[in-house]
Amino acid sequence: MRTRFIETLCRLAQEDERIWLICGDLGYSVLEVFRDRFPKRYLNAGVAEQNMTTMAAGLAHSGKIVFTYSIANFPVMRCLEQIRNDVCYHNLPVKVVAVGGGLAYGTQGYTHHGVEDLAVTRVLPNMTVFAPGDPWEAECVTESAAALPGPCYIRLGKAGESTVHEDRPAFRVGEPIVIRTGSDVTILSTGGMLVSALAAADFLQTSGISAGVVSVPTVHPFNDEAILSNGKPSAYVATVEEHAEGGLATVVAERIAFGGYNTRLIPLRLTREPLSVAGSQEELRHLKGLSPQAIASTIQNRLSP
Amino acid sequence: MTINNAMASAARAVQLRAHALRMVHAVNASHIGTCLSMADILAVLYGGVLNVKPTEPEWPDRDRLVLSKGHGAAILYAALAEAGFFELEELATYCQLGSRLTGHISHHVPGVEVSTGSLGHGLSFGSGMALAMKADGHPGRVFVILSDGELDEGSNWEPILLAPHLKLDNLIAIVDYNKIQSFGTVDEVLPLEPLKAKWEAFGWEVREVNGHEHEALHSTLAAIPFSSGKPSVVIAHTIKGKGVSFMENELAWHYRSPNAALLEQALQELGCNS
Repeated sequence: MRTRFIETLCRLAQEDERIWLICGDLGYSVLEVFRDRFPKRYLNAGVAEQNMTTMAAGLAHSGKIVFTYSIANFPVMRCLEQIRNDVCYHNLPVKVVAVGGGLAYGTQGYTHHGVEDLAVTRVLPNMTVFAPGDPWEAECVTESAAALPGPCYIRLGKAGESTVHEDRPAFRVGEPIVIRTGSDVTILSTGGMLVSALAAADFLQTSGISAGVVSVPTVHPFNDEAILSNGKPSAYVATVEEHAEGGLATVVAERIAFGGYNTRLIPLRLTREPLSVAGSQEELRHLKGLSPQAIASTIQNRLSP
Repeated sequence: MTINNAMASAARAVQLRAHALRMVHAVNASHIGTCLSMADILAVLYGGVLNVKPTEPEWPDRDRLVLSKGHGAAILYAALAEAGFFELEELATYCQLGSRLTGHISHHVPGVEVSTGSLGHGLSFGSGMALAMKADGHPGRVFVILSDGELDEGSNWEPILLAPHLKLDNLIAIVDYNKIQSFGTVDEVLPLEPLKAKWEAFGWEVREVNGHEHEALHSTLAAIPFSSGKPSVVIAHTIKGKGVSFMENELAWHYRSPNAALLEQALQELGCNS
């Protein structure tokens, strides 16, 4: 995803001279292509995310479209007040990009687990929150982020994620993307869990359960269409995310409650308990019940207890 | 010319002090001490230093001013109203229900570039503006007014480190060094000295000035940039509560608001009618 992101950003920057990129001294083997092509619109702000973010606000205040870039929590948590006050309150076109969201840096420990980012960004004023599910979606949200007039947050995976969409999907900000339809349960997936959600649906199929899969590349704003089927609330909606409380499941729970929908929610997510053991992304997902088999098993148990 | 400017801005500073005193009195607001300490700085900035057009606040070629010590809002609103950015009558709405004149500075007010209130944001914001203006060949400059207490914020030292590396000589920091912060003197809470040496060590060109002497402020600010290719910082030695005898150097006036009798006394000391 990060490769597709930077390729897309270079293409956009070629067309639009307002686009800048600031990093917090991270991006080795990723950002060089932008740095070398657009040296006057690239800045390494050093290991200083607060300054990176508010400088981006200052640049945006002066007419630039500024992408900030670092890994996991660093461009979000360290500088959350800078995002809130300087970027969001002033409604400036600063696009915060976190690479390696979720458990992508699994072995590196809890400091590197970006698992509360969606919860804190989605409640900020003027903010649009993206978590693309595959490289195609990463390209689409990068384009949309550059085009939107206000602040955005983009949670990217790392590198080497499978491509789910065979071609460019029909993407619109805030709209879910239906990957496959199913009659018993709808699985909503955000971010890098999309491949696992599809695999879980395959497992369910072998048990005779028809599961639809919907990608949710925009966490905020959220369109209720994702939990409706032919205009009616789905009986069962499962949410799958590499995130603790406050993310997609919470968004969907709110929508179900506010909409008065007769829908049962099956949240598949992390807890707020820090993961304090080493493990690869795949291993940690397995540990927390987010492997395709575990997702399928949890859903099956809820559907036929 | 400088002497004429200094006489005019000194008279303007008295007006700004009187406005701020009336404003905080009316709503029992805090922060009069910090307003009074930078009254002269603002009077000089809006008395011929800043290249702005009050009738066209968004004029592209303007100089930018960022008030990083956003709690000094009342007197900046007064300076903007006196300069003609909006009607003087609006000052009476300060902190009243529905007013855009909030207790910490608001960008919803004409002439205000940036909302602040949480300390340690303004210098980074100004650095970004200065970088964009450099990239665009923009003629303007960016002035950022900092408090002494807010230099405790580590976030300030990030742009202090970066701005010289980027050669932002269109960036000017002004430290309102009144030596008193929120809960004690600077020396008691977290000493800043040697402050000049710290800025110099980070690569800034430093001038120290008495922040209440208008001629000195005018001549110092007329010499920007102090050194081509380097950001400038003016360490303005000031007195918290300056101009009202019973407020000067008193921590309590970071919080207290004058009652009617004290307002009257303060205005008399300034030579203003209540």
